[in-house]
Amino acid sequence: MKNSENQILLSQNLAAGYAGRPVTEPVSFEALPGQILTLIGPNGAGKSTLLKTIARQLLPVRGTVWLAGEQLFSLTEQQAAKRLSVLLTGRLRTELTSCREVVSAGRYPYTGRLGILSKEDWLQVDRALELVGASDLSGRDFNRISDGQRQRILLARAICQQPQVLVLDEPTSFLDIRHKLELLFILKQLVEEQKLAVVMSLHELDLAQKISDRVLCITADGRPDRYGSPEEVFTQDYIASLYQLERGSYNSLFGCVELEASSGPAQVFVVGGAGSGIPIYRRLQRQGIPFAAGVLGENDLELPVAKALSCALVTEKAFYPIGREALHRAQQLLSGCQVLVCCCRQFGPLNEANQNLLEQAKKQGISVLFEWPANAEQAKSILKRKV
Amino acid sequence: MNHRSVLRQAICFAALILLTALLTAANVLQGSVDVSVGQVLNILVQGAGSDTASQIIWNIRLPRALAALVLGGALSVSGFLLQTFFQNPIAGPFVLGISSGAKLVVALVMIGALSRGLVLGSAALIAAAFIGSLVVMGFILAVSGRVKKMSLLVVAGVMVGYICSAITDILVTFADDSNIVNLHNWSMGSFSGISWQNLAVLSAVTGVSLFCTIFLAKPMSAYQLGESYAASVGVHIRLFRLQLVLFSSLLSACVTAFAGPVSFVGIAVPHLVKSLFKTAKPLCILPACFLGGAAFCLACDLIARTLFAPTELSIGSVTAVFGAPVVIWIMLRRQANRNGGEAV
Repeated sequence: MKNSENQILLSQNLAAGYAGRPVTEPVSFEALPGQILTLIGPNGAGKSTLLKTIARQLLPVRGTVWLAGEQLFSLTEQQAAKRLSVLLTGRLRTELTSCREVVSAGRYPYTGRLGILSKEDWLQVDRALELVGASDLSGRDFNRISDGQRQRILLARAICQQPQVLVLDEPTSFLDIRHKLELLFILKQLVEEQKLAVVMSLHELDLAQKISDRVLCITADGRPDRYGSPEEVFTQDYIASLYQLERGSYNSLFGCVELEASSGPAQVFVVGGAGSGIPIYRRLQRQGIPFAAGVLGENDLELPVAKALSCALVTEKAFYPIGREALHRAQQLLSGCQVLVCCCRQFGPLNEANQNLLEQAKKQGISVLFEWPANAEQAKSILKRKV
Repeated sequence: MNHRSVLRQAICFAALILLTALLTAANVLQGSVDVSVGQVLNILVQGAGSDTASQIIWNIRLPRALAALVLGGALSVSGFLLQTFFQNPIAGPFVLGISSGAKLVVALVMIGALSRGLVLGSAALIAAAFIGSLVVMGFILAVSGRVKKMSLLVVAGVMVGYICSAITDILVTFADDSNIVNLHNWSMGSFSGISWQNLAVLSAVTGVSLFCTIFLAKPMSAYQLGESYAASVGVHIRLFRLQLVLFSSLLSACVTAFAGPVSFVGIAVPHLVKSLFKTAKPLCILPACFLGGAAFCLACDLIARTLFAPTELSIGSVTAVFGAPVVIWIMLRRQANRNGGEAV
């Protein structure tokens, strides 16, 4: 079966591995022009092995890869190089080589026997440098620029190879947050402008969720699993099971991870809302103090954090004022606590019932605080005083 | 490429050509027998004559100078190929034991032939050296498959070199033949005693090899970014690596067959040339290495012949004096780069 017009790269039952021993189970996927396909999965799942195979660096153990309608492994080196280029993980060390020369290495498949670049080739090199916003680095020594700049230069190198498919293996490792964003922004632009088909692996789930058109998940034992849009893949439970998260959780809304909640009976009750509770939740979590929280509307922005970090949480339906039942449950939880921390500064029609909790605490001799110390010693002494 | 670096390279090439020419002339003019410049010019214009001066110029000094030129160039190109292959600046035919392996096989073949009363032709000598080079190269490659660390590889190479040299010394010591003096000289390393016939053969072999290596410049350039990137732009890695091994072995075999082991030229010259040209582009560095190696060996041979004349030093000791400090310099600079937080 040949692939259709717009399937630039098509893998069929492809098992990748080393020396005939498969690392991944057979997987079928496709890359489309103008789209980014991201592979995610735990370390050692075989993402890199898979990428190396579709980049022709490894022979497939089983299965086939089609590149623009032809079998990838029956193409000559030059034919393949004109259709597919790569940006690999790992640092590159050069000697007396300017950035422009590194980029010019991408013109290899287009130059003659001696590898001398024509005027047209140099134009392509400079255009690629401009596309990644690195024209000013042109004459600098490749060894003497930052990691972020280096990745951009290597991206330019891959671009001036004028490929239809671009394969990137963890392009954002080693980069700080600013350079991660910059690189992915440039990549997204390139994909749209040049109608490139991109296949890459990413470790940053938050970024993968935002930049990918489609996501392929590989499990820890090398099994291809979910394959679809980011919305289908990035759900809290699925990511937790894919990465076998045991000591923490994944927040599907924000695409970030939370550490594990402290366990045990709640010692502190936090009345938050509208984000005011988040810093207190995090402090208590760091100090290892189990806490309860409530009552929060289910549309409250701090709900995901409260859910991940509290040991007990009382919620009310979205857009409803706190009802009798929720308040009752909160009161029960509160009576088991030693301290109530109220970080909510505003009470309105939806959360005014929470004020009852403050009154109850005063009646039952539970101390009411409006701040929680960042210092762990101070925090402990507050709890000790009560016991 | 910008104009300044093109200009720089053009000036460097011109300077190297001039230097090589001057050193060749100096090698022909200088010697234990005084022959004036005018006389030398006269002799060269008239062609080989039967008088002593003409004999000295035509049969001793000129072939020796040309041999130093061609072999020096071949040796440093061979070193540059090996450095590309191992992606390490301290790889070279001498440190990896390849020269010594060639020397051992040549000594074996020479002694075997002499004991049967045969005199070996130039091609046979090159073939023997080539086989010796390939055997050691095979061993080094087998080791490099197991240990990825270059330092261990160099240690293995140096050890193999010592073993081969030791066996050669033993062979030379116990070989009983009137040619033993020649054999001894050769095994110490010297450009002396090279005939026009030798020169013709070695020039042909190095010429063809150098011509072929120019076409390796393109994949070498891609290979400087690492094997994976080279493969991704269309370099046939296995074929390319095989070519590197074959040509570097052939070039260093030529040197060993006629001049014996010559140390450090293969490491020092490519490094100096790269620093001088401020580039590592193989298309520029390959010819520059040839010129640089030629000039380096001509200078060293001039020193070897004239410093303590009429006693001659072995060429290897002179090249080591100038070459070994360069190697130390390379290693110190790499270490400094590493400590400076540069990507390694």
